[in-house]
Amino acid sequence: MKAVCWMGKHSVQVMDVPDPKILNDRDAIIKITRTAICGSDLHLYNGYIPSMMQGDILGHEFMGEVVETGKAVSNLKQGDKVVVPFTIACGNCFFCKNEMFSVCDNSNPKPEGQETAYGFAGSGLFGFSHLMGGFAGGQAEYARVPFADVGPIKVPDSIEDEKVLFLSDIFPTGFMAADNCNIKEGDTVAIWGAGPVGQFATKSAFMLGAEKVVVIDHYQDRLDFAQANNPNVETINFDDVEVHDKLKDLTGGRGPDSCIDAVGLESHGTSVDSLLDYAKAAVFLATDRPHALRQAIFCVRKGGTVSIPGAYGGFMDKFPIGAAFNKGLTFKMGQTHMQAYMPRLLAAVEEGKIDPSFVISHRLNLSEAPMAYDNFNTEKNQWRKVVLNPNG
Amino acid sequence: MQQKNKNNSMTDILTNMNTNVSPVERFVSATAGGALLAYGLKRGGGLGTVFSLLGGSLAFRGTTGHCHVYEAMGVDTNQGGETAPRNFKSGKSKTYENGLLSGKVHVSKSLTIDKSPAELYSFWRNFENLPQFMEHLESVKTTGEKTSHWKAKAPLGQSVEWDAETTSDQENVRIGWRSLEGADIPNSGVVEFLPTANRGTEVKVTMTYEAPGGALGAMFAKLFGEEPSQQVYGDLYRFKSLMESGEVITVEGQTSGREPQAKKATA
Repeated sequence: MKAVCWMGKHSVQVMDVPDPKILNDRDAIIKITRTAICGSDLHLYNGYIPSMMQGDILGHEFMGEVVETGKAVSNLKQGDKVVVPFTIACGNCFFCKNEMFSVCDNSNPKPEGQETAYGFAGSGLFGFSHLMGGFAGGQAEYARVPFADVGPIKVPDSIEDEKVLFLSDIFPTGFMAADNCNIKEGDTVAIWGAGPVGQFATKSAFMLGAEKVVVIDHYQDRLDFAQANNPNVETINFDDVEVHDKLKDLTGGRGPDSCIDAVGLESHGTSVDSLLDYAKAAVFLATDRPHALRQAIFCVRKGGTVSIPGAYGGFMDKFPIGAAFNKGLTFKMGQTHMQAYMPRLLAAVEEGKIDPSFVISHRLNLSEAPMAYDNFNTEKNQWRKVVLNPNG
Repeated sequence: MQQKNKNNSMTDILTNMNTNVSPVERFVSATAGGALLAYGLKRGGGLGTVFSLLGGSLAFRGTTGHCHVYEAMGVDTNQGGETAPRNFKSGKSKTYENGLLSGKVHVSKSLTIDKSPAELYSFWRNFENLPQFMEHLESVKTTGEKTSHWKAKAPLGQSVEWDAETTSDQENVRIGWRSLEGADIPNSGVVEFLPTANRGTEVKVTMTYEAPGGALGAMFAKLFGEEPSQQVYGDLYRFKSLMESGEVITVEGQTSGREPQAKKATA
């Protein structure tokens, strides 16, 4: 089969590789009909996530048709149309039973790496480095899905792929980011990063009853896109406006009740602290560039919540713990507990409350992946969301 | 036993250096040190340099019978006495006794498993199940009411076998064992199943064994990923996965661009 392989920093290649096969009784093999490139794939592409190996198959947003099931998978059958969550979870451990699927105890075959780096290991993830288990990803014609009786969600044949594809990651990720804000009547939510996760967080914040949502970015196209899709949204271009002042203006001096960092470890910015972060990351003194997160902590109201769906992997410098402590903030973060959100978000799609395909900017064939990665990396505002068709 | 000689020539240093390493240990040091030195040189890079230096110093203590580390620690394993190194690792889950070569290794590890003590005990009590999660075990055969025969993989493609007897067996609570006379690696231990209020069962393995090569062997094993406490932890982790999820997750055998057949696709 054809698969998109990571060959090194700034290098991906479409390769002919052997077809995946069932390795465990709870596995299934999925023939992939649609797969997407995620902003977090760019962290891999840019070499920010350690423990990638040449030849690793990328991709953690995919869906398709069940072609084979292991002996212990009784809820799926050949031909079922499914969307696969990017977090792999057993469904049996303490964490899964408590709906913390992304920190499943039993789905990372290489827990030592995270145990050394983080103290304990989270769940396995598709196509996201050997620290996350080293699972082959879904930017390919076929994928092996472990714990297939727990992860993949069946979707009706009648529904278009593009409307449900993003249940695999970015819609639940944006939704959990908003859900973590514990939104109450009258709340204002500020969201850093108007990429796809920020766009879904915006829609989700409104769905969960936020009175006001403010989106912050420096790509005007993305801010305009948020505006076009959410008539009531406010936007701030941080190249033009001082963010803290503007947020106070918009909230009668209170500050937003919650701030969402939908940017993650490759934050852009031109302030002194972000330039220092670039320099330190370049010499590996710090691995993450958290300018957006620092600003979110600074801007959120006293007693507010900072919710972090943007991915981080290592260490950061100059974390404003003084601001966080003295304002009495709450922090919520982590990889998305996918299996906890997929059923209710599928229902929202089926009921027509949201059509997630609005974020798509490019539809390409799998063979065009190297070009797509390159463009997505350099022209993020134009290349908002790329969907690949492995059979096109 | 401080080396006070300040002679200048290398020969003098070597001939005058006191011997504080026993003959067997010297042999092991020389062989292992040479191998590590060769490996380090072949590997190259930063880690290769570390291996080369370590290998070189082991080879040195092997050929000369003098160990600077032992000297600094006040250890002399060439006396036939009971001199033991200070327990410089106290507080850790593993300690070495009776000299670095002939010592016993203690390992203690716990892991919480979301199953009842009864479920875990009954799976473990059928010793023939153990190779399902104990990576180094090839087979266990029950040979009598209290006895069993064990076969395990050893480093470098070797295997070791021994007979064991059950020394304590308290249903749903604990199982103790020890190897019988003639075991390649004499060992004994206990596994306990401790109930919690609502988090499942704390499974605790405590074991002692005579490591081949003692602490030195154990340190070597660690360099090559065969360290005993890691092994016990890995085995416990696999036991947990098997009990909770019914299988041990793996990526071995999955496809990738590293497979020999893999090649750049033509559009």
